[in-house]
Amino acid sequence: MARGVGFATLVAIVAAFPLFAGNYPVKLLQEILIWGIFAMSLDLLMGYAGMVSFGHSAFFGIGGYVGALALVTSPGLVSALLLPALAAAVGALVIGFFSIRVSGVYFIMLTLAFSQMFYAVAFQAAWLGAEDGLVGVPRPAVLGWSLASPAAFHVYLLVLVGFSTLFLWRIVRSPFGHVLRGIHDNEGRMEAVGYPVNRYKLLAFVIGGTVAGLAGSLYAQLVGSISPDAFLWTTSGEALLMVIIGGTGTLGGSMLGAAAFILLQSMVSSYTERWMLILGLTFVLLVLFAPGGILGALRGRVGIRS
Amino acid sequence: MAFVPDFFGQALNGLAYGVLLFLLSVGLTLIFGMLDIVNLAHGSYYMLGAYAGLTLIAVTGNFWLALLVAPLAVALIGAAIERTCLRPLYRRGPLDQVLLTFGLIYVFEDLVKWIWSGRIRSIPTPALFSGSVTIFGATIPSYRLFVIVFGLAIAVALWALIEKTRLGAIIRAGVFDSEMTAGMGINIDRVFTGVFAFGAALAGLSGVIAGPIQSAYPPMGASILVPALIVVVVGGLGSLKGSLAGSLIIGQAETFGKVWLPGASMLMIYVVMALILLFRPQGLFGRALK
Repeated sequence: MARGVGFATLVAIVAAFPLFAGNYPVKLLQEILIWGIFAMSLDLLMGYAGMVSFGHSAFFGIGGYVGALALVTSPGLVSALLLPALAAAVGALVIGFFSIRVSGVYFIMLTLAFSQMFYAVAFQAAWLGAEDGLVGVPRPAVLGWSLASPAAFHVYLLVLVGFSTLFLWRIVRSPFGHVLRGIHDNEGRMEAVGYPVNRYKLLAFVIGGTVAGLAGSLYAQLVGSISPDAFLWTTSGEALLMVIIGGTGTLGGSMLGAAAFILLQSMVSSYTERWMLILGLTFVLLVLFAPGGILGALRGRVGIRS
Repeated sequence: MAFVPDFFGQALNGLAYGVLLFLLSVGLTLIFGMLDIVNLAHGSYYMLGAYAGLTLIAVTGNFWLALLVAPLAVALIGAAIERTCLRPLYRRGPLDQVLLTFGLIYVFEDLVKWIWSGRIRSIPTPALFSGSVTIFGATIPSYRLFVIVFGLAIAVALWALIEKTRLGAIIRAGVFDSEMTAGMGINIDRVFTGVFAFGAALAGLSGVIAGPIQSAYPPMGASILVPALIVVVVGGLGSLKGSLAGSLIIGQAETFGKVWLPGASMLMIYVVMALILLFRPQGLFGRALK
């Protein structure tokens, strides 16, 4: 009950944020929400199915680039949401088909190499803006209502965050989600029991990739541009950090981790240039001393139940 | 157009780059084989080597001294990292190790920016090799020839160390089954630290010798890691031979990609990787996948 009230209060504050906060904090919050979607989609692979992907940035980038290209031609919802998600799904199907055949570190390296391949293409293709990427990405209009203003974009973003969270939440709670957890715990056993493990893993990979593509497109709409850096393997690494900071296997944790990461980055960088050092150290210490992430540590200390 | 000299010159450029990749990837593959860790921060040791070399040359004016001391300094850093950060993680899954080493990339990169500033710095070519030589009509900077000879000499020395000495036998046994090796009464903890420090030193060494060719800049560690990982994937995890074969192939692919397909040169190494994995998913010299 208390948790429900707390959660509702949090949602209300996030929703009403543009009413009392300035442009910069609102943009920061919107960035957190978008990275939160991206981190949640990665957590579906990592926390639930046990697939540590360093190639998730590929789908973020595909979504961003396809969204940017489509929005310039026709700034509607199809361009903003449907096409990027679809393109990312196709990308995830192809990459996933090759990657899920191997596991462990091979999977990590293979997914990393795939995302760098997209980086190489984006970096060298003149029609994708090469190094500079695509700039001047317009925000879409819904039924003639432009989302250019921060407040309108905020509403649009909230709806999509809610939709994505609910969608992923339904998936992890479904029988499908339970099979994924079973694969995480013991792949061989699930195989022996008769589950087509690879098909489940591929489906999880495609679902995660699709949602990541959506996040990529939203990111391009928020900042108005997309660059090859979106594909960089370190982008996947940052999302992995968010998931770990928050605690794997909890969708709320991914959102929390995204908030912690981005707030830390913005706060530390406003005091000192050394934000990378502090972020890196925080991360090293977290892995060493709090393997369950923030939520895990809270559960241990304060006794929050899962 | 003089096809033969051009071709020959490019092949030598590719060989120099391949040798650099070998020095990096051999450490990566040994550390993986032995400690079971994918050390994402391996490129950071390459970067540290380049910067340590830069400072040593600035202070002493002696490239050869830098070539000797910088790798030793990097080895010490590597040993310290293995003792403090990685040791507690051996019993945990690969995820924690990958994430911790990813965090270390940030730490090292920012430390380097702090100490040496973020500007691109170049390491001067040693006076002895500042000229160039003409072979088969191709003009080759003699420093590149030095890199090739030096790198191949290290490869031979490594092969002798690993195949012919008792220490090498222990390392081979550790790569094959570290628990069993520990059971034979070998102090596996010390071997782990040694192998990690040795891998770091080789990466540092490649950083110093790459300096006069590629300059030093802070994100160089994160960017060199990708080709080094590809070499390991192509050659087969934990395989010394694979590391050498993979480095030479990827070195040529990258160099000839730049000549023949300038618009898509960065893609070449991925195409090669994809082709090899399609036919041999475990890599050229890898053990069959479980």
